[in-house]
Amino acid sequence: MTEPVIRLAGLNKAFGALVVTDTVSLDVRPGEIHALIGPNGAGKTTLIHQIAGTLTPDSGTITIGGQDMTAASPQARSRAGLARTFQITSIIPSLSVEANVALAVQAHCAHPLSFFRTAATDDTLNGPARAALERVGLIERRSMRAGALSHGEKRALEIAMALALEPRAILFDEPMAGVSREESGRIVDLLASLKGRYAMLLVEHDMEAVFSLADRVSVLVYGRIIASGTADEVRTNPEVKTAYIGEDA
Amino acid sequence: MSGAPPPALSPRLNRLAPLVIFALLALAPLVAHALGAGHWVSLLTRVMILAIAALSLDLILGLGGMVSFGHAAFVGIGAYMAGILVHEGIGDLLVTVPVVLVCCAFYGAFTGAISLRTQGVAFIMITLAFGQMAYFFAQALYRYGGDDGLTLNARSTLAGFAVLNNKLVFFYIVLAVLVASFLLIRGLAGSRFGRALTGCRDNATRMASLGYDVLRIRLTAFVISGMIAGVAGILLANHTEFVSPAYIAWQRSGEFIFMVIIGGLGSLWGAIAGAAAFLLIEEGLSGVTEHWKAIFGPLIILFVLFTRGGIAGFVARLTNRNGGGHD
Amino acid sequence: MISLFIIQVLNGLQLGILLFLVAAGLTLVFGVMDFINLAHGVQYMLGAYLAVMFITLTGSFALGLAAALAVALVIGLGLEYLVFRHLYDRSHLDQVLATFGLILFVNQAVKMIWGAAPLSVPVPEWLSGSVVLGDGILYPVYRFAIIAAGLLVAGLLWLIVERTKTGMLVRAGASNARMVSALGVDINRLFMIVFAFGTMLAGFAGAMAAPILSVEPGMGDTVLILAFVVIVIGGIGSIRGAFFAALLVGLVDTLGRSYSVDVVRLFTGPAAARGIAGGLSSMFIYLLMAVVLFFRPNGLWPSRGRS
Repeated sequence: MTEPVIRLAGLNKAFGALVVTDTVSLDVRPGEIHALIGPNGAGKTTLIHQIAGTLTPDSGTITIGGQDMTAASPQARSRAGLARTFQITSIIPSLSVEANVALAVQAHCAHPLSFFRTAATDDTLNGPARAALERVGLIERRSMRAGALSHGEKRALEIAMALALEPRAILFDEPMAGVSREESGRIVDLLASLKGRYAMLLVEHDMEAVFSLADRVSVLVYGRIIASGTADEVRTNPEVKTAYIGEDA
Repeated sequence: MSGAPPPALSPRLNRLAPLVIFALLALAPLVAHALGAGHWVSLLTRVMILAIAALSLDLILGLGGMVSFGHAAFVGIGAYMAGILVHEGIGDLLVTVPVVLVCCAFYGAFTGAISLRTQGVAFIMITLAFGQMAYFFAQALYRYGGDDGLTLNARSTLAGFAVLNNKLVFFYIVLAVLVASFLLIRGLAGSRFGRALTGCRDNATRMASLGYDVLRIRLTAFVISGMIAGVAGILLANHTEFVSPAYIAWQRSGEFIFMVIIGGLGSLWGAIAGAAAFLLIEEGLSGVTEHWKAIFGPLIILFVLFTRGGIAGFVARLTNRNGGGHD
Repeated sequence: MISLFIIQVLNGLQLGILLFLVAAGLTLVFGVMDFINLAHGVQYMLGAYLAVMFITLTGSFALGLAAALAVALVIGLGLEYLVFRHLYDRSHLDQVLATFGLILFVNQAVKMIWGAAPLSVPVPEWLSGSVVLGDGILYPVYRFAIIAAGLLVAGLLWLIVERTKTGMLVRAGASNARMVSALGVDINRLFMIVFAFGTMLAGFAGAMAAPILSVEPGMGDTVLILAFVVIVIGGIGSIRGAFFAALLVGLVDTLGRSYSVDVVRLFTGPAAARGIAGGLSSMFIYLLMAVVLFFRPNGLWPSRGRS
């Protein structure tokens, strides 16, 4: 078996008396989509924060690409090959669509903050940026202001930015949230096309999407992983049913 | 850090406007002489000096989104160092300019490293407070006039030659520095660094997750901006042949912000227009009444409440009637 | 030596109390409305000028103070209606610039009405004189009165913020304004109350300071920037932080001022020492701020719920 790209081991996090992450262990292997589901308030967002580096766990370890990244900054994790998308779309609204992706390309190239290289006409940035836009189907929109895109297109732009980082692993934080039915179908197709290339952790509410995409599914309830396995194993797991019926009823 | 992105200006306007401004400035002394209005040359020199300072502020305020309320401190450091070096008999620009650049870089790195750890309102308050600290430091310079300020008994020299003494030569030197500052900052804005700076203004969290060191980017811009403002300070001291703590007073910083905003945030050439507009308002109103600030104050308020995009935005709307589509 | 120290500590406390009154309003207004009001110092100045005018007019300290506060409140609410109200949903940059314009206007207006020369008003008869504090240490009654009145107001403020429904909304608003408006509270009315409150506090500070300070145009600006330092050190939006930080700043400023002359005199002549120390000692609190922020970017006593 290949070495996992992201590995969480015994992660704990509490805010005062409130335990939000309770001995969570989980890994994401190269090329697979590992989905993380759970009812509202299960601690998914806090867990994403800890993986991305915006929160530090109280104990446990986070390994990315074999390196210990438990206390590393978001920047360091990005350099170690972790890319992410945000639950609330996060782009640079006043720049063009192409410039947004070019910023991602630029982040990992030789002189990311050069004073002397003009950015707009730099093909070492624009080439890879266009390739990423091509993959997410936004190439026609490339000279538009990113702020003027539709919601679903902004989602796709975020994914293009993540791809342009040439990451080893990608965190998807509810990529389908607030997106129309038609657009979410397109995002599902997009994610499916990325299978095999990146290790992907997908946090998502849309169950249909999760079960059609995920190689493995883990269920988080009250900060604890109560079940983990293939889509079918999890779907039929009695504990998972109880947890979800408890919420839905 | 705050505020909506500035209105997009057409690339053609951004190419043409500075050319027109610089051409007009270059011809201005000839016109002034022909009209027998020689004092205009001095006023325009002052406009250009303040424009350099406003331009440098636009780099961090307009492009970087950092609302610094302490920009006058950099101008003051430049002016004071120019005055002090003249006073001590080593007032040659070959000494003054490097000394000022180093001092401003250090001051910018010190105050920036602390104030940029915070954001938004705290950043405004802290830069304001550091500006006030610089003001009191200038007051403590007993040897150099303290509260009363320091009168320069001569202007700075350049490699031993008193070139700044000639009004016309001084005018064109200032124009040259203005053009150089403009090209430098516009070059920065279009560079990889400038794009990253814009990214940090719009969405710092996103930039960090892309792997950028947001604090370092902001701090670099802050220091560069301060160094350019320091150069404006050298010119200012030589123009007025006087420096005093009043140069660093927090109201001066407020006026610089006003110039940038009235010109149009982030448009660069707008900052030059803004500096001109500010000085014209000041000259015009103070000719009418000594209480001109009682009129100027409400003007600022009305400006904030009822206009968007400043002079640059206004010109863009005028020249862009059929283009549209920028909002 | 010891007696001088005690007097300086008392002076520091008194300055701190005045700063707290100004800073409390500022931090409340910021916390609840996300509004940065540079013109807050103007209210302090108006309080002082109005106190001078009404105390001279009525010949009574108490009557003059009451009238001054009432008029300061009316002016404050007028400004809120005319200017501030239109700025709440604007960017901080717009707020800063517009209130800067307002400062220019009011400072100039004050010059036009009362002249540029400093004014003064005597300490009221019944608060004049000094208290003997042991061995030959005399301290003016009026300054004690300021400390006492300030502490009283601070206590009152604490009661209101901690114990009343409005106070609860203010506290909630300071950490999460969106939530409060989601609760269906009339946010405009809450803003008005908070704003009026802040205005009164600053005006009260100015009026109380009038008999011991020279009343002059621009006096509010200096206090405003000191109040910013207080807020930043204490933690933005935190009343408790503002209180402790105000006392800290008051003490550091006063003690620094009184001892730096002696220190500088070791190196230069007495005249130069006064000049140099005057400027240098004014820098202490900014250095204090720099040190605090370097280690604690959110201030020493950050309010709960704000990161």
